[in-house]
Amino acid sequence: MKNQSITNNIDWISIIIYVLLVILGWLNIYSSSLSSMEDTYEKQLIFIVLTIPLIFIILSVDGKFYEKYASIIFGISLLTLAGLFLFGKTIAGQRCWYAIGSFTIQPSEFAKAATALALAKYLSDTQINLKEVNRQIQALAIILLPVILILPQPDPGSALIYSIFIIVLYREGLPSWYVWTGFITILLFVLTLILEPQYVILIGLATLVLVHFKSRLADRNIILSSILFVIISGFVLSVNYVFENVFKQHHRDRFNILLGKTVDLKGIGYNTNQSEIAIGSGGWIGKGFLEGTQTKGGFVPEQHTDYIFTTVGEEWGFAGSLVVIALFAGLFLRIIYLAERQKTKFSRVYGYCVAGILFTHFFVNIAMVVGIFPTIGVPLPFFSYGGSGLWGFTILLFIFIKMDANKVNEW
Amino acid sequence: MRKVLLPSLIILATSLLVIRIFYLQIVDDTLKLKSENNAIKKKYEFPERGYMYDRKGKLLVANQASYDIMVIPREVKNTDTLEFCQLLNITKEDFIKKIEKAKIYSPRLPSVFLSQLNKSEFAAFQEKIRKYEGFYFQKRSLRDYEVDFGANIFGSITQVNEKLVAKNPYYNSGDLIGRQGVEESYEDLLRGIKGVKYIQKDKYNREIGSYKEGKYDTIAIQGEDINLTIDAEIQKYGEELMINKRGGIVAIEPKTGEILALVTAPSYDPGILVGRQRSKNYTELYRDSIAKPLYDRGLLAEYAPGSPFKILTGLIALQEGVIDANTTVFCNRGFSYARGRFMGCHCHGGALQLHRGIFESCNSYFATAYMKTINKYSKPAQAVDIWNNHAKSFGLGQFMGYDLPTGKRGKIPSSKTYKRMYPNGGWRSTAIVSNSIGQGEVVMTPIQLANMMATVANEGYYYTPHIIKKIEGHKIDEKFTTKHVTTIDKKHFKPIISGLFDVYNLGTARSLRVEGIDICGKTGTAENFTRIGGVKVKLEDHSIFVAFAPKDNPKIAIAVMVENGGYGATIAGPIASLMIEKYLRQKITRIDLEKRILATSLQSRYAKLGGLSEAVKLQIRISDSLLKKKTIIPAVKVKTDTTKSNKQAI
Repeated sequence: MKNQSITNNIDWISIIIYVLLVILGWLNIYSSSLSSMEDTYEKQLIFIVLTIPLIFIILSVDGKFYEKYASIIFGISLLTLAGLFLFGKTIAGQRCWYAIGSFTIQPSEFAKAATALALAKYLSDTQINLKEVNRQIQALAIILLPVILILPQPDPGSALIYSIFIIVLYREGLPSWYVWTGFITILLFVLTLILEPQYVILIGLATLVLVHFKSRLADRNIILSSILFVIISGFVLSVNYVFENVFKQHHRDRFNILLGKTVDLKGIGYNTNQSEIAIGSGGWIGKGFLEGTQTKGGFVPEQHTDYIFTTVGEEWGFAGSLVVIALFAGLFLRIIYLAERQKTKFSRVYGYCVAGILFTHFFVNIAMVVGIFPTIGVPLPFFSYGGSGLWGFTILLFIFIKMDANKVNEW
Repeated sequence: MRKVLLPSLIILATSLLVIRIFYLQIVDDTLKLKSENNAIKKKYEFPERGYMYDRKGKLLVANQASYDIMVIPREVKNTDTLEFCQLLNITKEDFIKKIEKAKIYSPRLPSVFLSQLNKSEFAAFQEKIRKYEGFYFQKRSLRDYEVDFGANIFGSITQVNEKLVAKNPYYNSGDLIGRQGVEESYEDLLRGIKGVKYIQKDKYNREIGSYKEGKYDTIAIQGEDINLTIDAEIQKYGEELMINKRGGIVAIEPKTGEILALVTAPSYDPGILVGRQRSKNYTELYRDSIAKPLYDRGLLAEYAPGSPFKILTGLIALQEGVIDANTTVFCNRGFSYARGRFMGCHCHGGALQLHRGIFESCNSYFATAYMKTINKYSKPAQAVDIWNNHAKSFGLGQFMGYDLPTGKRGKIPSSKTYKRMYPNGGWRSTAIVSNSIGQGEVVMTPIQLANMMATVANEGYYYTPHIIKKIEGHKIDEKFTTKHVTTIDKKHFKPIISGLFDVYNLGTARSLRVEGIDICGKTGTAENFTRIGGVKVKLEDHSIFVAFAPKDNPKIAIAVMVENGGYGATIAGPIASLMIEKYLRQKITRIDLEKRILATSLQSRYAKLGGLSEAVKLQIRISDSLLKKKTIIPAVKVKTDTTKSNKQAI
């Protein structure tokens, strides 16, 4: 047992998908960097090469290490986030980097893995029952701590990712009304932006009346229904108020663009319009590697980071986009499958977190690029340019691969 | 249930993304198009337009370099504004205004600062241009007219209109295109084919290199040079003769159908429609609804031809066998063709045969011949259609198919015409007898008259008149080398031609004889009317003359029409005979006649036409300054300095 190879029992399927995604990501960064004078593709190559020792270290560490030191890792991670307020470097209005010489590092990319470890550790305690309200509060606190530190940087994109932990908690026994509330909240928010508030309130009322009379006589509770109605009305009206008065103009614009209410192709709509043009011009099989006219022209802003998928769309077409999306979906489902196979609650919860975090990044990023989600800065895992991102996701994934490989060793 | 939520969410979200990407890439075509416009700039290289020569190889239309001064506002630095403005002959206010305008368009992109400077305007500036940062120049090619006549033949170059841009993929907004005249009808040959360079742009619209190493680029193909059938000498002479008159001259070489001269008056120097003045001048010419300088009277003016039509009446009657050369008609200074209907006649009266009928232009004779033709058949409708068919074989009553972009059909009535005019029927030869002397429902254009004379000169055939003589490396359109044979037998032309010959010797044009040239001709006067205050008023007749010469082996057929010129022999006749003499002899012996015609001005007569408002009169005065007034045009400039040497496609 002592001298077993670190590659023993590791899940090759996940690793192959990971390698493929990293290679494809680099090819697209290479293509998009040709339009700029920057040597982003060279830097990214260095980042990729450096993941090899990183992976080696992660796989070499004893599987129990992460569970044992989860709290400490989380604590350190929170400290690095808090430290940004004192020592952080501001780039493009966001104070989310530490600068060491010309090298910058973004701690929020690593905080996700730390939070996942902490949450897994907390839930792995057999005493924990998420039906209890205190436990719910404690679990939510773990999630909200890093969010509170990240939001004011400001980095709403990274903060948004943490919402997926609700799904993880649900898997581990959080009452379903949390999920429903979340779902209905989002639905009401979008509806209110599209329709007039009074119509949304009417729809809410109609639904409540329907539910009230459809449910069994014993369950009918006129007071609860009334309270719900008041809450819904209040929420709908406040959405309108928040949207008009609390949101800043650029936030409003992002939603308005998405809803087709404003067409301002030169200003705020530029990004989305350009990325849609680039993807749309790809057709079935794309224009070919390095042949993307939009990519070469550098029309899409931030193409090597958040908008890297436009290069896939333009140069590799629908076929290429489908392959990349399938690889991602395959990886997520594989991780969930592996998580469900875990013998310890700790590694199961962690695996779930990994799948959730990667999926949220993937969905928010591509949905934004194809114009069905507001513009928000979230990288595409393994694809987008950036060392912190790549390493953060690699650490996140490979800790789980190590846990999965280790499961046979735990009695 | 709890295990299923995340995988379901993943599958649902992924499907949503795939559907959206499918929509963007496959369903929505507009995005693809946008990307092309966005990232690839097409840079065009315009070939130089083909030159035009006359039938003898004399250069008529060449090209000249013109210069646009361009500015990139952001790069303008330390300009010595005073000197700069002096060099370009603009004021400081202009300078500031133009820079501001360019800035509004884009501080980063070039815009036109001053357009279409000619060589001399540009020369001084050229030496110093390097001193002025942010300014550079762009060379363009404009027409350079080597002659000051032929504006109606050449047409001009203008910016293509948006309607055509939408219809014809060759043209882009701002491209130049030939309008009217030869420039329009031979546009495809003259313009050449522009070359395209595909340039990859970045988001700032900056060029970052050739797209796919120039795989799709094409080289500009030079426009073809063409020779026109025009004889520069008589074209110029014709325009001079027509100064201060309104009307048209068409001269055709009978053996080939080549148009030797196509004159319309009033006319203007084609050079005024080039460069910076074009738009202003064109508007003025266009708005002159009185003198209509843009209206090519040789091709477009439709008149009742009057007496020259008697030639056809005679030919048709001969062909139908209702008369022969000896058929005698008694003219009583007129002709009583029905009870109470009398057609007057200016001939000397008495018994006359076809020959005298022609040279004395006897109305009675041809009215009789016409009625005989119509009455030959039991039904007048049938007869009119047979007559119509004969007349149409001379190219009348239809577009002739010549290679200039404007034209009119003219009109030869048929049974249908009369069915419409007399819905209840009952019309007979008497009702339509005016056709016999070129009035009634007969309408012709000067080019149709000239073509009729060419057909008579050829004794029964013609070639479709055309303006193109030679295109290097191409054959001219087959339809111009296809003989059209009329329905009249060759033998019937002899008596008619001898009659036409005696028009000069004994008849209406005997004062216009040219010693040593046998001319066959026919005078004509076309009545015309206008409405002044709702009352139909008869105006001075249009003076018409048709001729060909020499009688044997004819070299030129000509039709001259002078609006309100009066009797055919007073103005149109002299012009025709001078033109013929000039063409056949290259010099004029009858100096007095030439002088008289050059000095004749009908302007006072035209001024009396219609009650014009003060505004219109003012407009006439303005536009008149553009029209040719001087009686003697200076000798044709021979320019050696053309841009021909740079003509190789770059």
